[in-house]
Amino acid sequence: MRQGAVLIAALAAVLACGPLVLDGYLLSLLALAFAFAFFGSAWSLMMGFAGILSLGHGLYVGIGGYTVAVGLVTFGLSPWLGLPLAGLLCAAAGAAIAWTGFRFAVRGVYFALLTLAAAELARILFEHWPLVGGTGGFFLPALGAGNVPLLSLRGGPDFFYLAFLVLMTAGLLVTLAIRHSRMGYRLMAIREDEDAARASGVPVLRMRIAVAALSGAMTGIGGGMFGLMNGSLFPGSIMGVAASIEVMIAPIVGGLGTVFGPAVGALFVMPVHELSEHLAQEAGVFGLNTLIYGLLVLVVVVFLPAGLAPSVARLLRGRR
Amino acid sequence: MIRISRRAALAGAGAALAAPATIRAQSAPVKVGVILPTSGVLAVPGQASRRGIDLAARMLAEAGGPRLEIHHADTASRSENGRVAAERLIREGCTVLIGAWDSGTTISAAQAAEAARVPLMVNIASAPQVTEQGFSMVFRNFTPANQLITNAVERIRELGQIVGEMPRTAVLLHVNDTFGTAIAQAVAALWTRLGIPIQIVETLSYAVTARDLSAEVARAKATNAELLMPVTRVNDAILIVREMVRQDYVPKAIIGPGSPGPYEKAFTDAVGRFGDEYMVCVPWHNPRNPRTPAVLQRFAREYPNERFELNVGFSFEAVEIVADAVRRAGSGDPAAIHAALRTTDIADHIMYGGPIRFDEKGQNPNIGGVMLQNQGQEPKVVGPSAIAEARAIYPLTPFRNRR
Amino acid sequence: MDLAAGVIANGVLMGAVYGLIAFGLTIIFGVMRVVNFAHGEMVVIGMYVGYLLWAAFDGPPLAAVLPAAALLFAIGYLLQFHLVQHFLARPAHVQFILFIALALVITGAHLVVFGPNPRGIFSFASFEVYEVAGLRLDAVRTQAAAAALLIVVLLWVFLRASRLGRAIRAAADNRTGAAVVGIRIRHVYAVTAGIGMACAGAAGALVAPLFDTQPFLAPEFTLIAFITVILGGIGSLPGALLGGLLIGVAEAAAALVLPPSMKSVVSYGLLILVMLARPQGIIGSPEGAR
Repeated sequence: MRQGAVLIAALAAVLACGPLVLDGYLLSLLALAFAFAFFGSAWSLMMGFAGILSLGHGLYVGIGGYTVAVGLVTFGLSPWLGLPLAGLLCAAAGAAIAWTGFRFAVRGVYFALLTLAAAELARILFEHWPLVGGTGGFFLPALGAGNVPLLSLRGGPDFFYLAFLVLMTAGLLVTLAIRHSRMGYRLMAIREDEDAARASGVPVLRMRIAVAALSGAMTGIGGGMFGLMNGSLFPGSIMGVAASIEVMIAPIVGGLGTVFGPAVGALFVMPVHELSEHLAQEAGVFGLNTLIYGLLVLVVVVFLPAGLAPSVARLLRGRR
Repeated sequence: MIRISRRAALAGAGAALAAPATIRAQSAPVKVGVILPTSGVLAVPGQASRRGIDLAARMLAEAGGPRLEIHHADTASRSENGRVAAERLIREGCTVLIGAWDSGTTISAAQAAEAARVPLMVNIASAPQVTEQGFSMVFRNFTPANQLITNAVERIRELGQIVGEMPRTAVLLHVNDTFGTAIAQAVAALWTRLGIPIQIVETLSYAVTARDLSAEVARAKATNAELLMPVTRVNDAILIVREMVRQDYVPKAIIGPGSPGPYEKAFTDAVGRFGDEYMVCVPWHNPRNPRTPAVLQRFAREYPNERFELNVGFSFEAVEIVADAVRRAGSGDPAAIHAALRTTDIADHIMYGGPIRFDEKGQNPNIGGVMLQNQGQEPKVVGPSAIAEARAIYPLTPFRNRR
Repeated sequence: MDLAAGVIANGVLMGAVYGLIAFGLTIIFGVMRVVNFAHGEMVVIGMYVGYLLWAAFDGPPLAAVLPAAALLFAIGYLLQFHLVQHFLARPAHVQFILFIALALVITGAHLVVFGPNPRGIFSFASFEVYEVAGLRLDAVRTQAAAAALLIVVLLWVFLRASRLGRAIRAAADNRTGAAVVGIRIRHVYAVTAGIGMACAGAAGALVAPLFDTQPFLAPEFTLIAFITVILGGIGSLPGALLGGLLIGVAEAAAALVLPPSMKSVVSYGLLILVMLARPQGIIGSPEGAR
């Protein structure tokens, strides 16, 4: 574990030099990649450790985003308080969904669809809730000249690059810590054989609720920051099915059950988005970007069953 | 002492006289970044806007306008890509941006534009907040919802005078997306204040993804309101008209108070003569402007299967506004372009309205609205009378008489 | 009340259409337990076939059903045999991403080839109504509903009576046992996938006059299909029809009393209720759950 922590710290240190050498475009692009790496780590806690598939993580991105944004604009709440609040609310939501699933013995694919239904219900409700602006959207004011990024938690591309770098690093460390903790072993036991785990004394319900709450909380905090970066929120785009799917692609492509999977996946997916858009522009064909992106994800899923991270690790090890 | 040869002096004078529109000091073209959703769910208006941009760029170059180099970025209809697209274009050297159709994407791009001090010329985006959140780099040449409704009320009043009758009641049927909600809110705020004697008896909203609008149309019909006011996208406009035909729902008129949909080619193709006489109040091109026919003809030549509608028109005009600012700025420096945009005052332009000027929030308050009506499966301007191409048909011909 | 009666009647018809859209999914999900999140895209392919045939030959939508079904059968068979087969043993989330990627590829292809504009089929037939007992039932939906019933019956007979049908049911019940008695599982699965996707294609051809074809309709179809299938019971064709009817009527009723933009709340609410209280669905048997 110490080796992993050192690696993560080293990676973070190197990446932290980004604002010194990279331009605004690369900083923005990487900020997005780090954001989805963080979302991916959060989602992966449920899937990678406990084997629980969630198709509705957009719910937490949305609740987190709106909590921080509405807290700031409508209630004057500083994001330093808004973010932990977002985490708490999302932890509660995650726990509630996990408890419901457990209580009614909803498992596997059914539970996945339950999470999807919960996210869609929330989206529809948010679309009709005047407090958050409904489908009209919720908007943050422009940053004034006297903006202090560390106070307002909003700034230019360099700020969001560093902010999401911090979050991504935290996500990696949390994943690493859980991997080597009792909680981690218990979750993996549940994933392998829930009945045997229960028979061995693992408190299954408590574990499921705990991982769902943690996963939700992390996603919510990321969502809060995401909303601050975008400057506006709409229920359809921040908590819709598309958002939930986007959260999942990076960790699955990167490799589940590995600490670095979500990060590798996100750092693959974002440039692929940009590359396919560039190719489509060059070719002058609209929609080619969707096609290319889909093909590349397909290729990875088909030919690299364990995801990219193990292959990358093998490559790096082979070099030494 | 600086000796200027006679030839050089004459050449210089000749150049100054012969091409007053070109920038004397300009050697490199000014890079203009365009951010649009040309793929993804917003691809229909995104691609239409793109056509307007490309057309304007070509016509501008041929007319000897300031040299602009257009760089495109596709956001794939995801609003978080607005910021990244803006950053990329700025990195490519763009000193002015145009975009981004979708309000969320526009705000996202505005964050980047504001931080980099690069002006953003908004071609289309209707959320009022785009020019209310305090962005100093944002200029919008499109009507926010309030302005759309004010224009619509004016047009409806005129229509009432021309046909000698005004519907007494109305039902507002709107799609529950950003635009539809903004319009519904503007109607709620302004309708009675503007003093128009039409009572809105009910407001119904339907989901964007709804594929079946029979219940919604049935409820609208059950209100017995004389006027149906739909605010739709192109898909739902088609669905609504089909339902109206099936349910034999014939109000006195169908007037969208600011709505996409009925003027689009996909609509008129899909519902044919059943889509005729559907009216909508939108910002549109002025058919009486002397330059309009040439632009329309050129568009028809280059895009024979498409229609020149407001997405095309306002994107076209955005390029013209940027070109005008670049010309007056005399350089490609973003601060100079920004200063020039602030003092924009264009009287002759093809989209209907007063002179293009930007107030202190960057909003153009002079954009007009016309009343369009589909006749012969083409949208025709039927109001205001000064620029009308055709006479409004009122009341609505029953659908069963149209077979 | 005239308004309510008309709306509910239409809800019944729409429900049959939802069931039609869901048939393919319940077959594939039921037999192979594959979470096909590209189902909607298959329906949209069928819609494009329907639109293209109308644009070329001006024929009625019914004429496009067989070509669409045939094309989708081929696609389904090949996809299953050569690609999805290798994923059957893989965990659900990997299957999920596989189909998401396929969905992106298909949507991208549609966008590139056909562009984003909705393609409406304009024919007077699509505006026809049957006046029955004071109700106005529109012709296209009624035909689609009738086709749904016909397909249910045909497939039910096929699965009960034919050798291949029995093999499919055997493979669904007990894969190992089926292999032991000599059933070529890979081929049977591929045929199942082919049939499932053929149903999706046929549904698409039938609804092309209803919903104007464009690349982005798919996600809604996928969601509706999943809700319908779970409500009705996985693997049950009559269940899919009943599930569809339940949703169609519930949403119609909701649109009468709630702001219509909220009507999907009942579908998701029903889904959650069923998953909590009766996971096997309306028709399913308790052992059939999970």
